[in-house]
Formats: sequence, C-alpha cells, structure tokens
Amino acid sequence: MLTILFDGIAYGMLLFILAVGLAVTMGLMNFINLAHGAFAMVGGYITVLLMQKFGVPFLLCLPLAFVGSALLGALLERTLYRPLYHKPHLDQVLFSIGLTFMAVASADYFIGSGQQIIQLPEWLKGRTEFGDGAWMLGMGHYRLFIIAVCAALTVALQYVLTKTRFGSRLRASVDDQRVAAGMGINVNLVFLTTFAVGSGLAGLGGALGAEVLGLDPSFPLKFMIYFLIVVAVGGTSSITGPLLAALLLGIADVAGKYYIPKLGGFIVYSLMIAILIWRPQGLFVRKGGK
Amino acid sequence: MSNTQDLLRQTGRWKRWEVPLWLLALASPLLLSGHALIINEIAIVALFALSLDLILGFTGIVSLGHAAFFGMGAYSAALFAKLVMPDPLVGLAVGIACAALLGALCSATILRGTDLTRLMVTLGVALILGELANKLDWLTGGADGLQGVMMGPLLGQFEFDLTGRTAAWYSLTVLLVVFVITRRFVNSPFGATLKAIRDNRLRAMAIGIAVNSRMALVYTVAAALAGAAGALLAQTTGFASLDLFEFHRSADVMLILVIGGVGWLYGGITGAIVFKLMQDAISSITPQYWTFWIGLFLVVLVLVGRERLIRPWTWFGKGKTGGAA
Repeated sequence: MLTILFDGIAYGMLLFILAVGLAVTMGLMNFINLAHGAFAMVGGYITVLLMQKFGVPFLLCLPLAFVGSALLGALLERTLYRPLYHKPHLDQVLFSIGLTFMAVASADYFIGSGQQIIQLPEWLKGRTEFGDGAWMLGMGHYRLFIIAVCAALTVALQYVLTKTRFGSRLRASVDDQRVAAGMGINVNLVFLTTFAVGSGLAGLGGALGAEVLGLDPSFPLKFMIYFLIVVAVGGTSSITGPLLAALLLGIADVAGKYYIPKLGGFIVYSLMIAILIWRPQGLFVRKGGK
Repeated sequence: MSNTQDLLRQTGRWKRWEVPLWLLALASPLLLSGHALIINEIAIVALFALSLDLILGFTGIVSLGHAAFFGMGAYSAALFAKLVMPDPLVGLAVGIACAALLGALCSATILRGTDLTRLMVTLGVALILGELANKLDWLTGGADGLQGVMMGPLLGQFEFDLTGRTAAWYSLTVLLVVFVITRRFVNSPFGATLKAIRDNRLRAMAIGIAVNSRMALVYTVAAALAGAAGALLAQTTGFASLDLFEFHRSADVMLILVIGGVGWLYGGITGAIVFKLMQDAISSITPQYWTFWIGLFLVVLVLVGRERLIRPWTWFGKGKTGGAA
C-alpha cells in the first residue's frame, strides 16, 4: 500500500514538472496552450537520441533536454505565439492543436512510430524495500531520483517566483502589462523567458518521464489531457495548487489502476469533472487571485 | 417589437439561390454517381459541424468534447439496430434521444467557470465515454468496435447498397431537415437571446434572460443533432468504433467549422466540403502524415486569419497587417 502511495507521489511529481510550465503560460499569461506536450516530447526525444546515437550519459542528457526544448520554446514564442496573446481563446486552442498535430506527424516521420526505450544507468535501476506485509514500502531508485529532482525544482521555482526580482517582474507583467511596461519592465523579454523556461521544464519532464510514461509520437496527445487536468484542477494562481493537484492526480491514477484496473482512466476523469463542477476556478485559488 | 420580429423573419427567410443549391445537393448522388460514399460522409460531417455551430457560433461555448455526443448517437443507433430492430428511422430517433439525454445531463457542466474549465469538462466527458465504450466490451465490442450492424431498408423500400447512393440521399435529407429546423431555431426570439448571451453574458442576465436554462437547452439540442450525425454514420457504414469518441474527432469538427465560418449556418456545410475534399486529396498523396498538413493548415489559418485566407486579394491592400502574417 505504501508502495502504491510512493509510486503515486513519484508519478504526481513527474506530472507536476511536466505541467508547471503550462500552469505558467496558461494561468499567468492567459494563453491556452495545448501544444505543451509537444515540448515534453521534444525533451524526451532529445534524451533518447543523445543516449542512443552519441552515448551521452543520462545525467548530462537531462540539462540538454531542458536547454533544447527551452530554445525551441523561445524560438516559437518569438515567431508564432506572440501575435496570439490577445486573440480569443478559440484561436489559441486551434493554433496549439495544429502545432501538436504537426509535432506528432513530424516525430512519426523523422524518428518512427515505435516506442522508444531509455537505458537507465546501473545505479538508478535498483530498488530498496522496507517493512513487510501490507505496509511494505518498495522504492524504485529511479522514482526516488525523480522525487528528489522534482522537489528541488519546486523549491527553486517557488523561490524564483516569490523572492527574486525576476519573479516580481513577471507577476507585475501578468497583472497589468501596460503599467508594467510603463514602469520600465521589458514585458516581451519577461514573457519570452518565462515561456522558454516553461517549455524547458516540459522538456525536462519529458526526458525524466520517458522511462515511466513511455515515449512515442502520440505522447503529446496522450498526456495533454493529464497536464490540462493538473492545471485546471490546481488553479493557476500559484505553484502549490498545481503541485497538490498533480500529487492528487498521480496517487489517484496509480491507486485506481492498481486496485480497479477495469476502470482505467475513468476515475481520474470523473474526479476532474466533479472537482471542476464544484470549484470551476480550480481547487486552490486565492481569493482575488487571477 | 414588431420591428424586431420583422427583422428576425427576414434573416430567416430563404434566399433565392438556396433552393437550386439544395436541389443540386440532393441530385449530386446521381450526377456524381461514383462519389456517393464521400457525399454521404460530407453530409454527416456537415451535420456534426452544424450542431457544434449551435453552441460555439451562437452561444459561445468552447467545447473540445463534442465527439461525446457523436459517439453516443452512433453507438446507441448501432446497438439498437443490432439488438432490437433494424429500421433506420427508428434507430435514428433512438440515437438522437440518447444523445439528447446525455446532453441534458452534461449541460450542468458547462454553466460555470471559464473557457478553460469548459474545455476540460467537455473533453472529460468524451474521454469517460470512450473509456466506457472500451471497457464494456461485452456490449460494445471494446477496441475491436461494434461489428455486424445490419440495417433494414429505408422506409421499407430502399436498400442500403454498396454504391452508397441510398445512404447519401438518406444523410442529405436528414441534413436538409435539420438545417431547416436549426434555421428556424436560431432566427427565433429564442435564438436572438442566445446571441445576446454569446456577446455579453452579464448584460443578457441583466435584461432578464434566463442564461443558465437557455444554455442548458441549446446544449441539449446541439447534443441531439450531433447524435443524429453519429447515428447516420453508424447506420450507413454499419460499424461503430472507439475512434468515434477520440479527441481528434472533436478537433476536426472544430476545424471544419472554423474553416467554413463560425456563427453562419452554411459555415459547417462549406467547411465539411472543403475539409473532406482536402483530406481526400492529401491522404491520397501521403496517407500517414495527413495530420501534419492539417496542423500546418490550422496554424496558418489562425495566424493569417480566416477572413484574409479566403480573400487573398486583401493581402496587399491597406498595409494594415497583423503579426507574423
């Protein structure tokens, strides 16, 4: 039972890293970006290709995946996304669906439709167990690693957003672009950086998650729903909302698939609909928050 | 008051060019006898897009899960034909009724929240139904799809044949009937209140329009029409599969509507013709990567703007261009 809880937490943490970039673009910049999963897929494929073709060690691949998808995100933000910030949501939805379709077909074309496998280094493959019976806790080392990385990232993100100059600039730009620009904040640059970091995080999540979630060209469509659930349920006003939502979702999904495999994704979707009907703005929303 | 009524009546009136257009459409299975199958498909997709237009174009509800009702209609019509009786018209009515029921149930989900919330719950409903259709394999055939649906002859006279001519006429007729009804519907005072809700919900509420009940009602009607489209598809192809509930169906129909024009009843029909012909043409060149081109088309469509895409001569006028175009 504890093992399930542990796996659920690892899964949730992974979802959080994948979704947090989306929470920023969608919540703060008010852009419905369904193409977020495509950036995660790019990160995953960067890792796979680097490891298979060039023998780059796994740990080095992770930052490279981050940088790669962040650069791609920056490029796309500059060229395609920026004109759409003030368009209606419908346009944004259509645009990002289009982008996702293109990414899926391109990945299929260039890399092939098969599932990609990541060879983890030896020291991440093991498994440690404590206790026995119903309370046995089995921790896969790789999951432990994921939890550690994600926890560190969460703390770092929270610090950047609340304590640094960049964080306050970002919050100012989000609350009122015109005033922020008038105060001498380079809003475009702030948004560009934020979008790039968000895409980079998605890429990192994709790289970390390739082993757990599986990586094939349908990745963006398959997991888009999960990211969206995390963001919609968690609310978009803070980092903690999506984090808690991701943990909840991760645990519910793992537990559901373990105990009642017949229902599959049913539990998660029903849970989401129930929560959204109950609290349409998300579970963890500050009063007066945006 | 009477002025408004006149106005509504006038916009709802049939224009002179429309009658020959519909006659031509009804004659098309004869004229293009080799293409009856694709005509049938176009009619079905057009009906589906028309139903999405009711909620997106006339009420402003963004939905990513319209396939839920499409699939519901298809499965219920197919199951009815398989288990109860093979008459197509009764099956169609059953499909419509089931989808309407589902729509009425789901209409509670779209009343609150923002665009994002609505996107998510509509998507969620479609996902749940897809999951259900997958898991209830004793009933629906699971991932293999529901096979062996045999339809009886239409009105006891016309057999569904392999050339698809009967199917095309059947679908076109249903499309025409639904179109006439929808047109009356959106040009009624009720339709006018819908547009008021779309344009400014708060103001509509302030002048005494019961926003929630109207949105719920129009959502149910749209669901029923989507169910009709699904039922037609299941009946004319004799098959229903999980693919009906999939995300790309909802995305495609949204795209069709946007190509043709949102908030214009012919939009769905025009879009369906363009989309299906485009799909036919592209997938005969590159069957596997057709989604890439559709994606590219979407991106360009949004960036350039639909208005300017269908009117290329405005590209170089005025000099007032926006963004990356």
